[in-house]
Amino acid sequence: MSEKAEEGLFLAGGMTLIPTLKLRLTSPSALIDLSDLADLKGIRQEQNMLIIGAMTNHTQVAAAPEIRNMLPALSDLAESIGDPQVRNRGTIGGSISNADPAADYPAAVLGLGATVQTNSRSIDADSFFTGLFETSLKRNELVIEVCFPIPKRAAYIKFPNPASRYAVVGVMVAEHEDGIRVAVTGAGPNVFRVHEMEQALEANFSPEVIEDISVSVDSLNEDVHASAEYRAHLIKVLAKRVIAAII
Amino acid sequence: MTMKVTLSLNGKLVSADVEPWTLLVQLIRDHFGLTGTHVGCDTSQCGACVVHVNGQSVKSCSMLAVQAEGMEVKTIESLTSTKVLHPMQQAFKDHHGLQCGFCTPGIIMSALNLVAINPDPSETEIREWLEGNLCRCTGYHNIVKAISAGAKTMKVS
Repeated sequence: MSEKAEEGLFLAGGMTLIPTLKLRLTSPSALIDLSDLADLKGIRQEQNMLIIGAMTNHTQVAAAPEIRNMLPALSDLAESIGDPQVRNRGTIGGSISNADPAADYPAAVLGLGATVQTNSRSIDADSFFTGLFETSLKRNELVIEVCFPIPKRAAYIKFPNPASRYAVVGVMVAEHEDGIRVAVTGAGPNVFRVHEMEQALEANFSPEVIEDISVSVDSLNEDVHASAEYRAHLIKVLAKRVIAAII
Repeated sequence: MTMKVTLSLNGKLVSADVEPWTLLVQLIRDHFGLTGTHVGCDTSQCGACVVHVNGQSVKSCSMLAVQAEGMEVKTIESLTSTKVLHPMQQAFKDHHGLQCGFCTPGIIMSALNLVAINPDPSETEIREWLEGNLCRCTGYHNIVKAISAGAKTMKVS
């Protein structure tokens, strides 16, 4: 079906795509609605992994007891997205495929070191997000599910835009068996890791060790909501708060 | 090219032939004449268009009509068919939870979704839940009071 629709697009929850269509920012020749594909929905546990189907909505992720028990950072993140009506429609697969620079889920995928399973391959979080609204997904490649390894501890805190609840800056810090990951959304063209903070935290997991680490403002977003300098400041403040919350 | 959509609308099975880009709110208002559901911002921010789809509150300006195929859609008109108001509507009247009333149908449908999952919401929970509904008259204070009172009446009845 997707082969036939030359300039077609997959429609997940539509919380970005439908407003985008109304603004005439994109004009696909066809939309392929994924909402009836049961295989893309649901949450399951396999060994030390939580696997979330691409069409699982934010309300379902926020309410799932197994996620609350095993990965509360992800429950909190899902609960903080937009508003209840957006959470009732918006999906994890749609969010990460859209790769909005201020979306929350990219911080979960990158910070938790998730693997994105598509209809043709597995993509590591580190190579999934490639730029502003860009991912390594190819044409007609569809996210099927996202596999999250369970970290030893993790938390996500964002400074939300008061109107939209998008992240002006959001920081996910997670300690895994094989190391610490610090992922930042909202601040740059796409989600990114702060390796210098990760290394400092490996040596000493405390808020103080990142006091002297600053993120260069050169690559940060600057818009009506916040300057690049303010975003750099928020990265550090939020990272310290996240660490203090899970120490 | 039109597409046929069949859905349950306020308990009645209905069908319409619509252009595929028709929004759910246009189907409800223009095809079926149920104008209680409002279009405020048309950018999925204000919540004036909130309806229930399979029991969940959604913004009907950000869903295509054809996506409601086979679904159960409920609008503000489903709450009462007589002059006796639904307890949540009565609470809005009693607590002056509206001034111009434009946002009210969406807020009531949103509030009923909250009460369905949390029958006794706190003031904080109500305020957080109203994130997706804008009111430009009241300052929200009486809306919060109304939802709290409406929830209590619904719990009793």
